[in-house]
Amino acid sequence: MTLLALDWILMLEKLILIAIIVFASLGIALYTTFSERKVAAVLQDRPGPNRAGPMGLLQPLADGLKLIMKEEIIPNSASKALFILGPAMAMTAALMTCAVIPWSSSVELFGRKIDLQIADINIGILYVFGVVSMGVYGIMIGGWASNNKFSLMAALRGASQAISYELAMGLSLIAVLMISGSLSLKTIVDQQMAPGAWWNIVYQPLGFILFFVCAMAECNRTPFDLPEAENELNMGYHQEYSSMKLGFYLFAEYVNMIMSSAVMASLYFGGYDIPFLDESTLAPNIAAILGVLSLLTKIVIFLFLFMWIRWTIPRFRYDQLMNLGWKSLIPLALVNMLATGAVILWQQG
Amino acid sequence: MQALTNRSKAVNRDPMTFMERLYLPNIVKGMAITFSHIFKKQPTIQYPEQKREFSPVFRGLHVLNRDAEGRENCTACGLCAVACPAEAITMEAAERMPGEEHLYREEKYAAKYEINMLRCIFCGLCEEACPKDAIYLSETFAPANFTRKGFIYGKDDLLIPNKNTAPEEYATAKGAAR
Repeated sequence: MTLLALDWILMLEKLILIAIIVFASLGIALYTTFSERKVAAVLQDRPGPNRAGPMGLLQPLADGLKLIMKEEIIPNSASKALFILGPAMAMTAALMTCAVIPWSSSVELFGRKIDLQIADINIGILYVFGVVSMGVYGIMIGGWASNNKFSLMAALRGASQAISYELAMGLSLIAVLMISGSLSLKTIVDQQMAPGAWWNIVYQPLGFILFFVCAMAECNRTPFDLPEAENELNMGYHQEYSSMKLGFYLFAEYVNMIMSSAVMASLYFGGYDIPFLDESTLAPNIAAILGVLSLLTKIVIFLFLFMWIRWTIPRFRYDQLMNLGWKSLIPLALVNMLATGAVILWQQG
Repeated sequence: MQALTNRSKAVNRDPMTFMERLYLPNIVKGMAITFSHIFKKQPTIQYPEQKREFSPVFRGLHVLNRDAEGRENCTACGLCAVACPAEAITMEAAERMPGEEHLYREEKYAAKYEINMLRCIFCGLCEEACPKDAIYLSETFAPANFTRKGFIYGKDDLLIPNKNTAPEEYATAKGAAR
């Protein structure tokens, strides 16, 4: 009988929202691969892909089709179940993050108030951290199951890198949480949206830089792309993968980038807040749509930043990576946390 | 030690200063450089549609020349084959029969003329050796082929189309018309 007590319309609403968000993030990830290539090209004085469709806009579809049509190879010596589990976990973990990101305020449709967030759980950001650190299992399992020494080394690198940088990331996050006093992403965004309130970047510039560097390391982006360092480890953990399993790994990286951009936008840049505009003066539905656009703009800016950095900075050496993580970022994050705590205490008198 | 060029720079092995150890200022500097490249002119040539002009001295695929009346210049004297360092040229001579004066300029002509484009090094010595202005290196290059045999170019591949009857094909073979 408890089943019948469920709000079935709410279920339907959330299902539709999940479908929209998952497919939208996949679509955006698809075009992020394209823009990655375009950004790389213009930064290197090239035109980039421009043959498939007008201005090359069909290129990601062609790439996807190519990946699907390729032969699916599972090496004989690979551990089959884990070999398949690896990319699946990487993709799942990447996509699960989007559940707690507040995409916008609520819209009113058919007399119902629909939150544009799949789940506003009160431990939102902790959930993100939990899921993101699960993403490293995708790399580890994939690298181990390949039964290839390069893949294994890449997996080890990926795991140790993720662990080291998650620490600094968590510590720089604590400073934000001290200001907001809540773990729910929605609350954090709403506090930044409130009239007269500033975005968290104003209070936490150092924290943001630390978080950004760590996010880049978590996404395995250059300059921290040691797990897939082409010139040392061939392809790293996805060396033995082919067809769509490889595609999933590559895709997961882009979905991770989008999600970490969304998290950073929500934590430090006001999420779906439109700067210098009081959203409460607008009709709620229009405000919600503008909010989505605002968040997407912030995400696109972050994605461009990710790409811009990738095509500028060479890769860290492994010991440099560890030095930076443990000897620079973590102490800085601790200092930032203590300073924030001290200021908050002093303000409270 | 005396430097060979004036371009050498001494490597600075001083320990990094605080500003350098911050990384970020230099990273920002580097990012400014890459960003400025967005606005630079791209040197790309969109290949199949646009083609880059070869220089007039480009040594490409060979053509066998005709004279102003469209008659073949080659007399199959074999000097080109002798001059060829890669030994890529073979030919067989034949005598011009009465009534063929409109085809061949002199009494002797090449019945068979073959150049193996896999052996040819495009040095242009055949062009220099030819006393009759019969062989030239055009401004085109040998297209890819699937078989080795396909790279042995016979007379029908090499002989330039008649300028008077087929001017367009003539220009394509010469390669300078773009």
